[in-house]
Amino acid sequence: MSNLLQPHEADWYEASARERVAGLLDPKSFVEFVGPEQRAMSPHLAQFDLTGAFDDGIVVGRGRLDRQEVFVAAQEGRFMGGAFGEVHGAKLLGLLRAARDGAGRGGPRAVLLLLDTGGVRLQEANAGELAISEIINAIAQVRSAGIPVLGLVGGRAGAFGGGGIITACCSRIVVSKHARVSVSGPEVIETNKGVEEFDSKDRALVWRVCGARTRYLTGGADCYVKGSIQDFREAAIALMAHAPPFELATLTAEQQRLAERLERFGDCRDAPEIWRKAGLPQPERIAEITDDAFLAIQRPTGADHDAR
Amino acid sequence: MTLDEVLASLFPSGHQVERGPSGTLHGTAKIDGQGDVTVVGIVGGTPLGVDGAILLAGHVLAAVESGGRARIVVLVDTASQNMARRDELLGLNEYLAHLAKSLALASAHGHRIVSVLFGHAAAGAFIAAALSSQSLVALPGAEPSVMDLPSISRVTKLPLEQLKELAKTTPIFAPGIEPLFAIGAVTETWTADQPFASRLATLLRQPVATSDLRDRIGLERKGRLLAHKIAERVAAEAAAHA
Repeated sequence: MSNLLQPHEADWYEASARERVAGLLDPKSFVEFVGPEQRAMSPHLAQFDLTGAFDDGIVVGRGRLDRQEVFVAAQEGRFMGGAFGEVHGAKLLGLLRAARDGAGRGGPRAVLLLLDTGGVRLQEANAGELAISEIINAIAQVRSAGIPVLGLVGGRAGAFGGGGIITACCSRIVVSKHARVSVSGPEVIETNKGVEEFDSKDRALVWRVCGARTRYLTGGADCYVKGSIQDFREAAIALMAHAPPFELATLTAEQQRLAERLERFGDCRDAPEIWRKAGLPQPERIAEITDDAFLAIQRPTGADHDAR
Repeated sequence: MTLDEVLASLFPSGHQVERGPSGTLHGTAKIDGQGDVTVVGIVGGTPLGVDGAILLAGHVLAAVESGGRARIVVLVDTASQNMARRDELLGLNEYLAHLAKSLALASAHGHRIVSVLFGHAAAGAFIAAALSSQSLVALPGAEPSVMDLPSISRVTKLPLEQLKELAKTTPIFAPGIEPLFAIGAVTETWTADQPFASRLATLLRQPVATSDLRDRIGLERKGRLLAHKIAERVAAEAAAHA
């Protein structure tokens, strides 16, 4: 990142987890929990001849967003692909539990999850997988306590595997044009099902299937931003004010929303087929147009919703 | 064990469980002394995709909507999540999350939920169908995993033989009931000589869990030594800074 840029002007994609947190929150408001000086590192990587990180690839703490108290967790996609290991996952779990326990007692106004992850860290696969399940449970409890959980995605690693599932458990989701959100990565599908099923080298195809524009237009994300840290900050401030509650009515509406998506688009194999069925103009070009032109498109019916 | 054997051994007092599309199951079963329980499931080694997940979530939400706090048994013999371009294009992450959230909501509404794993479950399907309940039982023949060792070998670039040796000393990455029991993911492991029906009845009678104790259990079983301590330390620092 250039030293000439102020933190919030920097590009989210290029920034480190700490730079994202610094630029996202009000200046100098961030207080880290279990910081790198405590060296809470993975004890499992050494047996794979891998070097650990003093923060195990995730930064957690509290700060202020637009003068409101928030909790924040940011994954570092450049360490082990931002993957969930035992310590990494436990730091996020502890943060979510603290948010839940603080509800109504001066706790945070919202929890911000800056996801940048390939999913489970295979060197500690069992611990990472269970951490993801624990985090999903904890997100449900935080939301039940009336605290919105916002997922922000736009890093190098995207949000894959359990990270994709966690994203869709959030109350609101912000994506930048670089964001990719999926469960199985394209390479995994190609390895298991063959190149005819998914050519992971076809970058344009990968973006159409997993990318931010597809997620935003189908209702898998609530806000699409161009990609500066400031863009994410403004989106988070706006979305924090109105988040769907975690209750039966919300999930019943999500059931209907996702069932309708299958009915309308269930036989589609590529994004332009969806846009054509949805009646969007020039469906073949949606992946290529500028961000401004993309943001001028009216989203298909049902893509803007509280059913999450 | 076959599905019919599993159903007969879990529900000897009778059940009306029917197979639906995409490998799903739905119905009710009788548990002595507890009345009817709701049964849902994904079976036949079917990968869990968008079509199966939406059906299962619908059954769970219908149980919540009916208001009776029926106990829910989730039968699991799946594979991984369905690895297909179509499913990812349609937003499989949302469908699996929706199923996990529906089960979490049912817990919050007072439904006691037990998953019974009698076949495969891996990766995203393991999270959404097996780990999202309050207790997970592994029956004989259950094969839970995050990823198989050959795939881990490919990604970590460590020879398979070396991984197999490592797996003898740590439960942290290897597939199977034992390591997943040790870290706290599997609640109970049942063996063939035990009466499944009475064990299930006992488990279903337990109060609805209001907090997730798996990090504590993993510590007690010495399979996951750090998770609980780190989570507690973060929470303590958060409280100190409040």
